[in-house]
Amino acid sequence: MAKDTKNLVGKPITFKILRYDPDKDTKPYYKTYQITLERGMTVLDGLMHIKENQDSTLAYRKSCRMGICGSCAMYINGLPRLACQTQISELNSPVVVVAPLPNYPILRDVVPDLDPLFIKHQNIKPYIIREDKAELEKPTGEFSQTPEELERYIQFSYCIKCGACLAACPTVSTSDLFIGPQAGAQAYRYIADTRDDGFNERLQVLDDKYGVWRCHFPGACSEACPKGVDPAFAIQLLKREIVARRFGFKSAPKPAPLAPKPEKAERRPGIPEAPAPTVGQ
Amino acid sequence: MKESTKWFLFIIAGALIVFLLGIHIVIMHFDDLLYNLGVGDKDVLSYESVVHRSKIFAHVVVYILLLGAALYHGLYGFRSLLSELPLGRGLENALSIIITIAGVVLFVYGAHAIIIGYIS
Repeated sequence: MAKDTKNLVGKPITFKILRYDPDKDTKPYYKTYQITLERGMTVLDGLMHIKENQDSTLAYRKSCRMGICGSCAMYINGLPRLACQTQISELNSPVVVVAPLPNYPILRDVVPDLDPLFIKHQNIKPYIIREDKAELEKPTGEFSQTPEELERYIQFSYCIKCGACLAACPTVSTSDLFIGPQAGAQAYRYIADTRDDGFNERLQVLDDKYGVWRCHFPGACSEACPKGVDPAFAIQLLKREIVARRFGFKSAPKPAPLAPKPEKAERRPGIPEAPAPTVGQ
Repeated sequence: MKESTKWFLFIIAGALIVFLLGIHIVIMHFDDLLYNLGVGDKDVLSYESVVHRSKIFAHVVVYILLLGAALYHGLYGFRSLLSELPLGRGLENALSIIITIAGVVLFVYGAHAIIIGYIS
């Protein structure tokens, strides 16, 4: 039965934090700190309190403190979570165990090396790919897309690259070569985008033993995602897309054309001109 | 062979197993009904009935297809299970080759038994 943690406000909370300095330590170890729980205190607040008042050598990663940047993803009481979004009172425990995200090398203390995440992300070419490169470099208009077409991929574009999904994935823990849920979801995000024509360019990475077929659908990535993205679903959609296109059940759609420019449209008074493009100048 | 081809064959084999196993179950376990309808043997497990069925070409086709589908589906699944072990690329490739060879050997052995029953 969960303890009534509302009573813990004003009482001591134990932080058990994994410490590791590669210059000094041969292996990671846990160090214990005690703080007093204040109302509304997050795990990140607790870590900052410890760093400011008890141990300035504690290393952790943070930036926005509002669940947008994804910097503070950590392994908190046995689950990958964002420290800034995790209320200590919601953990239902007077002990908070903090460790770096699993499935990544440790840089120091609770700071993981996120290179595997970004390398896999880069491998699936997470950007719009089209034949008309001149238009991409120097846009003359906007590619058309309906709200319904946007709905197909919008949830996958909410990924903040915190790395929690890779930390939760049991398949990543058995093979570093698996592209993983983050890259899979982002591959689908671009393949499902009607403006994109890069399916074949991404196929070599995706249609591989260590690509989407390695996922056996445990769904831990979707449970762990702090932004509500469903990478496990994206990977299943990718499997369907690959089979449908490779075996002729579906033909490759043509990328969305430029939307016609509005005619007889007048700028409202007081609305300034858009600034000149800075990309490709 | 691309991984999507292997996976697609795995799904096709699964569907084929359901269909072919359905035929097998009807013939072997609804024998009384088939006999009463006048399309089956009275005792499907008797030696004469087994020999009679093995001489039917459709029987040979069904069981060779079922053998192939079951072997492919089962061994692909077994390979997927083994891939959950932290083996590394080299050992995984070696295991895939061993499983493929085992599948081919078992298929040839099983198909040989079915064909021998048909032609002898």
